[in-house]
Amino acid sequence: MTLDERLYRSLYRIRRVEEEIVRVYPEDKIISPVHLSIGQEAISVAACEALDKSDVVFGSYRCHALYLAKGGDLRKMIAELYGKATGCAKGKAGSMHLIDVSAGVMGASAVVATTIPQAVGYAYALKLRGSKAIVVSFFGDGAAEEGVFHESLNFAALKQVPIVFICENNYLAIHSLLGVRHSWKSVCDLATVYGIPAERCEDMDVHDIHGKVSQAAEEIRAGRSGPRFFECRCYRWKEHVGPGEDFEAGYRTRAEADPWIANDPMRRLGEKLAASVKQRIDADVEAEIRDAFEFAERSPFPESTELYTDLFHV
Amino acid sequence: MDRILTYTEALHEAADQEMARDSSVIVMGQGVDDFRGIYGTTKGLVDKFGPARVFDTPLSEEAVTGIGVGAALAGLRPIQTHIRMDFMLLAMNQIVNIAAKSSSMYGGQVHVPIVIRAVIGRSWGQGAQHSQGLHSLFMHVPGLRVVAPTIPYDAKGLLIQSIRDDNPVIFVEHRMLHSQKGHVPAESYTIPFGKARVLAQGKDVTLVGISHMALECQRAGVCLGEVGVEAEVIDPVSLSPLDMETITASVRKTGRLVVVDSAWTCCGASAEIITRVGEELDGGFRFRRLGFAPVVCPTTKPLENLFYPDVARISKAAYVLVRGNDGWQPGHLPSPEIVQFKGPF
Repeated sequence: MTLDERLYRSLYRIRRVEEEIVRVYPEDKIISPVHLSIGQEAISVAACEALDKSDVVFGSYRCHALYLAKGGDLRKMIAELYGKATGCAKGKAGSMHLIDVSAGVMGASAVVATTIPQAVGYAYALKLRGSKAIVVSFFGDGAAEEGVFHESLNFAALKQVPIVFICENNYLAIHSLLGVRHSWKSVCDLATVYGIPAERCEDMDVHDIHGKVSQAAEEIRAGRSGPRFFECRCYRWKEHVGPGEDFEAGYRTRAEADPWIANDPMRRLGEKLAASVKQRIDADVEAEIRDAFEFAERSPFPESTELYTDLFHV
Repeated sequence: MDRILTYTEALHEAADQEMARDSSVIVMGQGVDDFRGIYGTTKGLVDKFGPARVFDTPLSEEAVTGIGVGAALAGLRPIQTHIRMDFMLLAMNQIVNIAAKSSSMYGGQVHVPIVIRAVIGRSWGQGAQHSQGLHSLFMHVPGLRVVAPTIPYDAKGLLIQSIRDDNPVIFVEHRMLHSQKGHVPAESYTIPFGKARVLAQGKDVTLVGISHMALECQRAGVCLGEVGVEAEVIDPVSLSPLDMETITASVRKTGRLVVVDSAWTCCGASAEIITRVGEELDGGFRFRRLGFAPVVCPTTKPLENLFYPDVARISKAAYVLVRGNDGWQPGHLPSPEIVQFKGPF
């Protein structure tokens, strides 16, 4: 597959998974909150395309795109959302805490900014061990307000750990707009003050994001760079949590969303591919998704005894 | 009974031996590599194991804890220090929401082998924010182990056990215990979690003393013995898990229980121990709890003396359970380590 085909496939796959979740959600088979990635997938897809299997990613509760882009198992993800024993965390984690250690997807957390210091600590361990793997820490604009974000960047820069920070700026912390939350103008400034080179990527430009993250990863692995920071702007198409849209709620308008939707990287990339190639990719993805949902449907729930397992690792 | 070390030396030896044995063990915290070395417990480790494994940290308790968790997820075994447990409050998010929950929440896919050492309790007019014993907050949360060794032997064995264990451990050290001396074997050894220590046997009343209070309960036992009341003195050693088998067996024998904590009693370890004995024995025993006065700790000495439980008050509480309040007043025996302690650190 060419780079564009791989990028398109990943984008289409994630979008279609999210749309299927929207479709089944009213059936109350997913009895847990879902924070959908629709509109933001391009950042995870482009960044993860630049990474190796042995690299490790940490994200937030809006983790479906990151989980899938990095290579998390799709069947286990849907089974997890359905709360089944075959889920990636035996049904105990749900949508907000997806994990697939074998794919380098570390556990997501529902508390904003919580995984940022963990990502830094993981990178410290990699450096101590002389590994060539790197860590990428994904978080939103809201996370940049938390004290622990600043503490983590300070430490990462002090110790020059092998980490790339990626801020997915969708302007919103639930329904709160940037203007009521930020006294600063650019989130990149928050990184440069700690001595971390920071850049904004072109909005929704998978090639620009992929290129920048690839370059940074190479330099970090070669020992020519310490931590790096990228801001990637995006737009959340759906409500903060749940399958619906909320343009009528009053805090934002459909007109605001339109340019982002019109600029959808998935659609634009699909149009660049030969029709037959796109059709083949689409058909493969649809079959894979159908299989994953059917797997989740027929999987059993965990046994009662599972309530008490894994509290401590033996 | 030949090799006598202080509690401080025991902790140092535990870390030293484990770091030599296992290159994944690291020590991180504010001041771990300075000339004081966390009251001597980490002194010189940086010279032996290098600054990549023993390092000072910025004043960023939440991030530092999260960094420790992240390092643990990657296979390292961090020992994190808080020169006072009071500062752990800044790290509660990482401790309670992440470290305690990761193994379970992620279906057993990860584990967090982190040890968080924290110093509690009375010193020398340390005041409200340098003296708290908040161990019950951590006992409350499933997924954390909480230990509070009293004697140097247990301190070394439990720290080694905690380092080797694959789960988060809150390691509670009372400041007044650092100078205590006791027999400590030279070789590496472990103490299992959840095993209490019976310090003295007796038939009339069970005294359970947590951390430094185990010493005070021992002294109370001597005081009571002088008037013919036999106290069984138990040091729980582990707080979560608790050795309820040992404690309950004792109360079944004596029918009277006094629990003394280096903490407030409300919703504390003392409440938990008494309740669990009650559940096991279906009531049928008399009990009292002692702990910090339910107020904010003052620095001025006369009020500070009233704030903390002491041997006289412990003895009196136990005596009343056995003989009733016949006006007996134990003589005041100042505890040597409290008298001898000189600040400011």
